[in-house]
Amino acid sequence: MLVILCPYCGVEAEETELTAGGEAHLERFGPSSSDSEFENYLFMRKNEKGITFERWHHTYGCGKWFHAARCSMTMEIFGTYPAQTSKPPKKLISMIKKKRPEWGEGK
Amino acid sequence: MRKYSVAAIVREALRYNAGWERAWRSPEPKKQYDAVIIGAGGHGLATAYYLGKNHGIKNVAIIEKGWLGGGNTGRNTTIIRSNYLQDSSAAIYEKARSLYETLSQELNYNVMFSPRGVMMLAQTEHEIRGYRRTAHANNLQGVETEFIDPKTVKKLCPIIELSGPRFPVLGALWQPRGGTARHDAVAWGYARACSDMGMDIIQKCEVTDILKSNGKVVGVETTKGVIKTHNLGIIVAGNSSILAEKAGFRLPIESVSLQALVSEPVKPCMDVVVMANTVHGYMSQSDKGEMVIGGGTDGFNNYTQRGSFHHIEETVRALIETFPIISRLKMLRQWGGVVDVTGDRSPIISKTPLEGCFINCGWGTGGFKAIPGSGWAMAETMANGSPSQLASAFSLDRFREGRFIDESVAAGVAH
Repeated sequence: MLVILCPYCGVEAEETELTAGGEAHLERFGPSSSDSEFENYLFMRKNEKGITFERWHHTYGCGKWFHAARCSMTMEIFGTYPAQTSKPPKKLISMIKKKRPEWGEGK
Repeated sequence: MRKYSVAAIVREALRYNAGWERAWRSPEPKKQYDAVIIGAGGHGLATAYYLGKNHGIKNVAIIEKGWLGGGNTGRNTTIIRSNYLQDSSAAIYEKARSLYETLSQELNYNVMFSPRGVMMLAQTEHEIRGYRRTAHANNLQGVETEFIDPKTVKKLCPIIELSGPRFPVLGALWQPRGGTARHDAVAWGYARACSDMGMDIIQKCEVTDILKSNGKVVGVETTKGVIKTHNLGIIVAGNSSILAEKAGFRLPIESVSLQALVSEPVKPCMDVVVMANTVHGYMSQSDKGEMVIGGGTDGFNNYTQRGSFHHIEETVRALIETFPIISRLKMLRQWGGVVDVTGDRSPIISKTPLEGCFINCGWGTGGFKAIPGSGWAMAETMANGSPSQLASAFSLDRFREGRFIDESVAAGVAH
């Protein structure tokens, strides 16, 4: 069972307390966008084998959405950060790079 | 290839079984093939088989990173059914199911297809309505199913508890010609037939890159060297996104872990397959006597071939209410497989933006039942360079054009 720190309420939440919300930092597209932009936004996913950034919802806790950096091969959680951002914090990125020097940050 | 037969058993019995030969060869790769298939699971091997049988393309290599049938082909709960709502799904799954009927004879390999009947329990009012609708749709599609009442459910499966407090059984969608098959044997049977046609099955050989020139595929780079080809099929459930990235395009796919478990073997107590989609649990009894139980997927991307324990707990807890008889069974093994799930929960059999490169993926949590039909349609697509009739609805374009085959709502979750 995953244990993820909620950056809002500070609870070390167990997986059953949370709902997974899929890939983080998707760029949204509005009504005037092209079909392929919508396709990218709605369906195309990075589906990383390795370090992945994703959204989580603290459903049975404070009820807030937040972000987490996780490895989809080892289930290691590198850190969590609030939802009000469009990219992962620099501190987290450099921490992951230190742990996983072979990681090619975001494609 | 020596045929398996009663005469062969007698012959070998008289000479200490010394004459059995290997079912397939394990050659080193040649420099070039007419077609290369990445992934020697059920779908990949079936594709190769129908490429040779239906289209006469026999200079084919099937490349496998691990061992033959070691991915989801060897990890599923072996259920075969075709009671889908949408026409294009029903067509391909029914094609597969009907091919299973004669597969053992065709391959000269016993895949132990057992059309024992599959029932999908309706445990809420919504499910009753949904399954009645599916039964009507199936009758129009030529797929034999019917909606049956609780009394008939009990008659077909006496160990079921109809009036559980949380999940009463209100009826079921019944497909009498659905059932199970021996999953490994399906892969082995196809492999043996492919090898017999002169195809090369190359195991423990990982594709490290896909070679392109002027927007066309020209070969693959593997751990056993470069293999040239102008016709490439990617059939690697779970790892589809990774190979698509090497080929230079993206997929509407997420990889998640799906779990299953089996109990200790017990005497025969259940001769149908029961699926309970409200609780996302399904159960059947194998020929060895083990109760084979399938569970749900986790909500997050996962490449580990193991899932969260609480999902199994939920499945088993719910199944015990429907089948109180299993409450003291010990569970022998539990495992997971990495399945690739699309936005509309329907598969992709398609051309790709890279010319000469085709992809077959996205079978999600229900690929085993589709193996012969999927191989048939994929082979036709690869041989002609354009989608076959069976496959045309499952193209990659559908996500851009909004032509979804929405089985995620139609078929429930167990799919």
